[in-house]
Amino acid sequence: MSDSLLIALAIGVAFGFALERAGLGSARKLAGQFYLTDLTVFKVMFSAIVTAMLGAFWLARLGIVDLSRVYVPETWLVPQLVGGLVFGAGFVIAGLCPGTSCVAAAAGRVDGVAVVGGMFAGVLVTGFLFPSLQSLYDTTGRGAQTLPQLLHVSYGVVVCAVVAMALAGFRAAEWLENRT
Amino acid sequence: MKERPYADPYLAGVALGLVLLASFAIAGRGLGASGAFAATAAGLTNAVAPARAAANPLWSRYLAGGGPWREWLLFELAGVVIGGFVSALLAGRSRRTIERGPRMSGRARIACAAGGGMLMGFGAILARGCTSGLALTGGALLAVGSWLFIGAAFFAAYLFAPLLRRAWR
Repeated sequence: MSDSLLIALAIGVAFGFALERAGLGSARKLAGQFYLTDLTVFKVMFSAIVTAMLGAFWLARLGIVDLSRVYVPETWLVPQLVGGLVFGAGFVIAGLCPGTSCVAAAAGRVDGVAVVGGMFAGVLVTGFLFPSLQSLYDTTGRGAQTLPQLLHVSYGVVVCAVVAMALAGFRAAEWLENRT
Repeated sequence: MKERPYADPYLAGVALGLVLLASFAIAGRGLGASGAFAATAAGLTNAVAPARAAANPLWSRYLAGGGPWREWLLFELAGVVIGGFVSALLAGRSRRTIERGPRMSGRARIACAAGGGMLMGFGAILARGCTSGLALTGGALLAVGSWLFIGAAFFAAYLFAPLLRRAWR
């Protein structure tokens, strides 16, 4: 196994460990997000985004990490809007997402195994239908566009806005959970 | 063994963010999950029908370079399974069960899980990523498409949630 694949394995172990510790291997806990009784999904996801975003911002500022060498997911507006809508519907029906379904399966949950199997079947079928989907798949590409580029503001301004939004979201999440 | 409580969500989130940050710094890329499913599908198709796999514009992407079985995300997701298993074992949460709402049968839960999984498979291919590779990774890198995907996915989830209320409540 090459170094890069060993690193992939090690990063994956840490990722899976963190997801399980947070309780995200539990479909019941994830479902709570959508009935506003347990907002763990939101809290974990946005603390992770804020942490990695601030870390990347400061490591780049201090010249420790070259952000231009980090792969930024490409933007394809219509496919990601349509794909996101279908994905969200699937997420709430399944109660788990692709990554967390692997954690659920690893913890012995049979419903997690079923999500993994369904996900794989969905990917396989979509792959075979791909030639007829390709015109949709290849529309509205924007390359590795970022929010600061789209909004014509500095990177730091967007970072601050995301932090402010997350903090407001955390307050709202605590309020929702403590309602009687 | 008694089940230990889950970690504080903010603390776990920060830990997850540090894993993501380490991935940016060390590997030059973020986390992911759906790409490993696609690589596996491409690899299996290639094993059964190589001509068909090579002719398919989606599978052929995974056949280039080191091939589908040396895909970075495949090893990362294998790690996720190991990490999840070890964490569940250490916390006394590892046992064979079907997690479902109080009024839902096990069979219905499995059908929902598989059906929802299929929809996510379609959505993740079309969107070029899922909650890990697109939402979490691209969210932290302020990618436009990632925030669009987060908004669309949560919107659809909240739209469909009332229809599934009986399953969980």
